[in-house]
Amino acid sequence: MRHIISVLMENEAGALARVVGLFAQRGYNIESLNVAPTDDETLSRLTLVTKGEDRVIEQITKHLNKLIEVVKLVDLTEGSHIERELMMVKVRATGAQREEVKRTCDIFRGQIIDVTPTTYTIQVTGNEEKVNAFMDALSGATLMEVARTGVAGIARGDKSLSL
Amino acid sequence: MTQPASEPEMLSGGEMLIRSLKDQGVEYIYGYPGGAVLHIYDAIHKQSDVKHILVRHEQAATHMADAYARASGKAGVVLVTSGPGATNAITGIATAYMDSIPMVVITGQVMSHLIGDDAFQETDMMGLSRPIVKHNMSIRDPNDIPSAVKKAFYIAESGRPGPVVIDIPKDMTMPNEKYPYEYPDRIKMRSYNPVKKGHSGQIRKAVNMLLQAKRPIIYSGGGVILGKASKELTQLAQQLNVPVTNTLMGLGAYPGTDRQFVGMLGMHGSYEANMTMHNADCVLAIGARFDDRVTNNTGKFCPEANIIHIDIDPASISKTIQADIPIVGPVKPVLKEMLEQIEQSKLKMDQDALNLWWEQIDEWRQRHGGRYRTDDSERMKPQHVIETLCKVTKGNAYVCSDVGQHQMFAAQYYKFNHPNRWINSGGLGTMGFGLPAAMGVQLSYPDADVVCVTGEGSIQMNIQELSTCRQYGLPVKILCLNNGYLGMVRQWQDMNYESRYSHSYMDSLPDFCALAESYGHMGIRIEHPDELEGKLEEAMAVTDKVVFIDVLVDPEEHVYPMQVPNGAMSDMFLSKTERT
Repeated sequence: MRHIISVLMENEAGALARVVGLFAQRGYNIESLNVAPTDDETLSRLTLVTKGEDRVIEQITKHLNKLIEVVKLVDLTEGSHIERELMMVKVRATGAQREEVKRTCDIFRGQIIDVTPTTYTIQVTGNEEKVNAFMDALSGATLMEVARTGVAGIARGDKSLSL
Repeated sequence: MTQPASEPEMLSGGEMLIRSLKDQGVEYIYGYPGGAVLHIYDAIHKQSDVKHILVRHEQAATHMADAYARASGKAGVVLVTSGPGATNAITGIATAYMDSIPMVVITGQVMSHLIGDDAFQETDMMGLSRPIVKHNMSIRDPNDIPSAVKKAFYIAESGRPGPVVIDIPKDMTMPNEKYPYEYPDRIKMRSYNPVKKGHSGQIRKAVNMLLQAKRPIIYSGGGVILGKASKELTQLAQQLNVPVTNTLMGLGAYPGTDRQFVGMLGMHGSYEANMTMHNADCVLAIGARFDDRVTNNTGKFCPEANIIHIDIDPASISKTIQADIPIVGPVKPVLKEMLEQIEQSKLKMDQDALNLWWEQIDEWRQRHGGRYRTDDSERMKPQHVIETLCKVTKGNAYVCSDVGQHQMFAAQYYKFNHPNRWINSGGLGTMGFGLPAAMGVQLSYPDADVVCVTGEGSIQMNIQELSTCRQYGLPVKILCLNNGYLGMVRQWQDMNYESRYSHSYMDSLPDFCALAESYGHMGIRIEHPDELEGKLEEAMAVTDKVVFIDVLVDPEEHVYPMQVPNGAMSDMFLSKTERT
């Protein structure tokens, strides 16, 4: 099953390497990984998407918690949550494709954020499913480049991952 | 500190490091100098509180520190230089990590402005050591040195213990740059708060389950020794009259000569221990981690048992074997609370069922009971050598083992009645561990009998340390079970490769006695069983130098019982011709 795990950790050199190293060392898989500072400058927030049986996920959260720099973590998929990913995709936009790509983009509420006579760069945000669906919808077009941020997530309601 | 807190003493980074160790109560550090740590070595030279032991290879320094920790319960300290000094320490750090041994390893590093430039003797020790440490840290400001040392000891010794590396670039220790020194009393970390006690509700459930068991067994591991809970374990077992088995790492936590002790379990566990485990209806696992060398095939493990698992590390629980009742916590307070709850409980153990269980266990004992072939009085049996050692040392020696057949024989036939006396590399299985380990123990316990049980293969992996023994007058006894083969490899080759001895024969062995003598030690060679006891007594009576006891043992001997690969715990080879 797919899990989204969000981790608050000390904003220190080497902390990220420890997380990534843990996954490599113990053979856990990472589908996407996203790290950025938070409102508290001493903390950074890491969100990763992984797949595995419940037993493996349990081991993953236990081992993450054992890392000295990890302050707190939550498996967002255990409760109601919101996930978002941002994707930028550069598409060849010439001839009939120019109009077709624009229409697809509108349907997905994407934004064209850069234009040249022959290309569009489109930004789409949404959960992983929507982002993947947009990619599928563009399958008739020529994709030049895809950049995805990986998933970020947050729990719904009052629950929060903070100190 | 002699000066008032308002006027802290001004020290260099190197001096702060050594002063911090002193204020932490460190008596010995084990190490080897080199370019990146020269400022630190100069600081060592200027004081006499912290004593440095110069080894002959950095690996030995780590094993000395490790064994000191295993015997004393306190973190051992290592100091090595950058690059090759650090990489040579890696095997010892991994050894400590696998067995959860507290250790603080200080590694030198090139100047901070050179890090990443492939400078002379630069290696990324933070990256290299990351998978084999509990934590590591790099010093980026000399002012941080005292708190980093405090933090390192706190992390190494608390919770599930383990090694901590402090990587110190040379420019952090400059002799002319002084900083105010103050050693913190305590460290508080928001991201690290090891659990202090177990969950009372879980403990209640465990007590209820245990008291209703008809065929219980206590399976206790290294965690009981690390958690200093030997007394509580013994009390619990004896109060309930429940059989006890110890893992390789847990030997000594429960008295080895007690009637309730069924021996070590696992791959080379006793027949009765493995049978008792397999047929139990309740397994109380205490500070043990269901290692693959214990469980054999996890799918066939203890088919009828409910599992209660007490461990300080939640990641050890339900990792390989699902626990029915997990209890996360340090074993000592958890066992204390269990004892209190048993006292108050209305439930009582079913004595009739327990008597039947003991009858069954005693029957298993009759079947094998640790016997080995004794029909040939000319051949020296390694098992007999260990039994004789146990007799001669009255079961009180610190036995520091290397890795191989001799290790298993020592685990099986030396009866440990006290914790912290059996010192061996269990998880990593590090050949070369024994001699430096014995040195680390002897240094801190100068009056104790310290014996390195080894083989002619293992001893040669750190034999250079005979020189260190000489320098510091460490009178360890080296008992070498010399069979001319890498015995355990040969045993596997006998059993699985039709006795094709691919590179398990050691040619060109030295005359170990002469070699020892060349360092100023003493050598005793034992060739015949008749002379064994007398010569061992003679060796143990020597208190001022190393005695290398080279015992020529039967190369044909195998370690039994041995679990059948992929079987249940009860599937064992009992000798070359019998299996369960």
